[in-house]
Amino acid sequence: MVTVDDFGNYETAWCPGCGNFAIQQAVKQALVALQLEPSELLFVSGIGQAAKAPHYLNVNVFNGLHGRSLPVATGAKLANPNLTVIVESGDGCNYGEGGNHLLAAMRRNIDITLLVHNNQVYGLTKGQASPTSAEGFVTKAQPEGVPSAPFNPVEVAVAMGAGFVARSFAGMTEHLSELIQQGVTHRGFALIDALQPCVSFNKVNTLAWYKKRCSPVPPGYDPADWEAAMKVARTWGDEIPIGVIYRSDRVPFEDHFSTLGGGPLVGRETDREGLKKIMHGYT
Amino acid sequence: MKDATLNILVGGEAGQGLVTVGQLLAKCLVRSGYFIVVTQSYQSRIRGGHNTYAIRVGVDEVVAPTESVELLIALDTDTVTLHQHDLSPDGLIVVDTALGMDGEHFLSVPYNEFGKERFANVAALGVLCPLLGLDEGVAAETVDDFFGKKDKGLAAENKRALKAGVNWTATKKKSKLRLLEVPNPPQRLMMNGNEAIALGALSAGVRFFSFYPMTPSTSIGLNLAANAGKMGVVVEQAEDEIAAINMAIGASFAGAPSMVATSGGGFALMVEGVSLAAMTETPVVVVVAQRPGPATGLPTRTAQADLEFVLHAGHGEFPRAIFSPGTIEQCFHLTRKAFELAERYQGPMFVLTDQFLADSYRAVAPFELECLPPVKPAQKPAETSPYQRYAITETGISPRLLPGLTKQLVVADSDEHTEDGHLTEDLVISPRMVEKRLRKGAGVRSEVIAPDFEGEAKPDLLLVSWGSSKGAVTEAASHMESGGKTVATLHFSQVWPLMPEQFIGYLESAREVVSVEGNALGQLARLIRREAGFDIRRKVLRYDGLPLTPESIMRELSR
Repeated sequence: MVTVDDFGNYETAWCPGCGNFAIQQAVKQALVALQLEPSELLFVSGIGQAAKAPHYLNVNVFNGLHGRSLPVATGAKLANPNLTVIVESGDGCNYGEGGNHLLAAMRRNIDITLLVHNNQVYGLTKGQASPTSAEGFVTKAQPEGVPSAPFNPVEVAVAMGAGFVARSFAGMTEHLSELIQQGVTHRGFALIDALQPCVSFNKVNTLAWYKKRCSPVPPGYDPADWEAAMKVARTWGDEIPIGVIYRSDRVPFEDHFSTLGGGPLVGRETDREGLKKIMHGYT
Repeated sequence: MKDATLNILVGGEAGQGLVTVGQLLAKCLVRSGYFIVVTQSYQSRIRGGHNTYAIRVGVDEVVAPTESVELLIALDTDTVTLHQHDLSPDGLIVVDTALGMDGEHFLSVPYNEFGKERFANVAALGVLCPLLGLDEGVAAETVDDFFGKKDKGLAAENKRALKAGVNWTATKKKSKLRLLEVPNPPQRLMMNGNEAIALGALSAGVRFFSFYPMTPSTSIGLNLAANAGKMGVVVEQAEDEIAAINMAIGASFAGAPSMVATSGGGFALMVEGVSLAAMTETPVVVVVAQRPGPATGLPTRTAQADLEFVLHAGHGEFPRAIFSPGTIEQCFHLTRKAFELAERYQGPMFVLTDQFLADSYRAVAPFELECLPPVKPAQKPAETSPYQRYAITETGISPRLLPGLTKQLVVADSDEHTEDGHLTEDLVISPRMVEKRLRKGAGVRSEVIAPDFEGEAKPDLLLVSWGSSKGAVTEAASHMESGGKTVATLHFSQVWPLMPEQFIGYLESAREVVSVEGNALGQLARLIRREAGFDIRRKVLRYDGLPLTPESIMRELSR
């Protein structure tokens, strides 16, 4: 019987009041609800304050390069599909540095869950804009305000027909935990955009700011309806829809590889006879 | 240069099927028991331009390309214009009558009489059989294997075209180019450098390969993809090279021996990943197939100009090994060695090849696969609980457990970390970790393959080389020796680490030392000076995108 204590209790490097604490709670709750053993979990993260989160859990961890978690997670999942692979990192990692990998992961529909801590700022490097910062957001690196429109991950995910697209926010731990459970359970790529405040560097998108705007999708909303999902996905501003925005039954990436039907790549024996045949093909 | 080999050059525009002719002929020759060295020269285009497929063939082992041509098979007029000056006195130019070229050295062949245009390649092979003295039966079997026998109609047409070519040529005067017959030809593999690397990886137990297509490395990925299903390997064409190396690292972290292959520009994108593999102590084999740079450079040409780049790639300090095979056999064995070292020392290991070797078909003896077991990720039981992935040991190598296979948790970090893998900024532990990683270098150094010395002790001249120019240097040395002086060769099939005690004696006891390299700076010479304190002042350098040949080396040396 897996309990919250099995996932440990670590001292963190986060600021008091950081949204990461709530997200961490939601993650632990979800893992317990799913009854996943620490050793069957692999958390992959990049670089940033959010990316430190897996270090504060008793799980297998690969804390890699900034923006490059998805490829590492993909490789690991292909090598051992028995691992439950969760990528947990920030908006800079996933929507900026790692943009190409995000698109590729959605195209692949690899069975991993991407939990993005989206605080619309770069916290660890002290306050530059992130890809989700609002146009005109003022920082020391963008003193005249951000000159670009923000990236809308939910819109892009729905547009690409990603397997499972959801959004929540750190102020609603239960809601977020429920989405994480659904994302992990979903067979295919799951994106959970978890909005959170950064108390140190984002004085605009505060807890109160999110609380005022975040509203669950209406009852009766059908996440399988792509057109409806696109409308909801493009909604941002005075209203920020949260919940499961879109879900599809696309074939997961792994299912396309005939050899993976034979189990994990890890520990496989090399077919020496097969190798001989291949070599003989050169005669 | 008079020698016992024949150089056959097939030339034409991209899209004319010159590679098909070349491949068919090369296969026939290998099956007939001959040794070959193929040099493929092509431009970065799909149609038009000028490409060539050269086959140097001999009864005894052929080790290098050559510049003179005995048999020029021209599929277009440009080929004649561009190569007729290389023709030997007894040389022959085989052209389609339709090209309207004739003369003393020409054999004008009416291909349109042999069948439809699409079978002209096979007809050409037919023409070559009597010219070279090849058995028609071997040619027919080669054609069947190449094109498949599924479509009986097509197979029959091919046979007809082959026969037509043979019969027509048989009526012409006896060819001066007939090769000596090889009685009871032993079975050999016709294989190029990239195929050998792929086979070496498979034999070493590769389970995951990711790549982004980039000439001249792409065929490694295509080869592995073709064999992936039956060999239990996953091959994925990644969205970019950064994804490729990170995927390979992820797969390897989880326990699947992994490899990536690319060329200079793609490797440039992988560099941070190299550093990640080193920091997380994750095994990964990286193949860099060199071509001229910088930047996009000459995409389809050859070079040996990335030695220093690969040596220094990846910020931070960590041990690595770089292999530089000079033959097809070395491509196979050194790729295996790279996998062994990657797993044993838990880090990135490199195989440096180039376009010339990647595309150069040779005839090699089958590998004794039964004696060559795959490399297995070492799983050592944890000595402490909780498991310390980066336990500091005397050798620097930590016992490695794989995530998910036991109850023990495996934690890896690209940040500096404590022995348990968790992030640290402690400045007392950090240098200990730097030392731990570098300590693994001692192990890598203990396994360095010494450079290969051939020739008399205390030679008048010592030619130093690395990688694919091995054969050209050996042949140049042997030719120069017939002039009276003693010429020895020293070839490095591993360019890092360098162990001066393995070779300084050879350098110091030679009257003169020359470094022969396919780059403009003499990169190996510079590295030898740095590591061994020996200054090789004279260099023979080629950086026009073409492979070193015995002639080009001797021309430079006679200046």
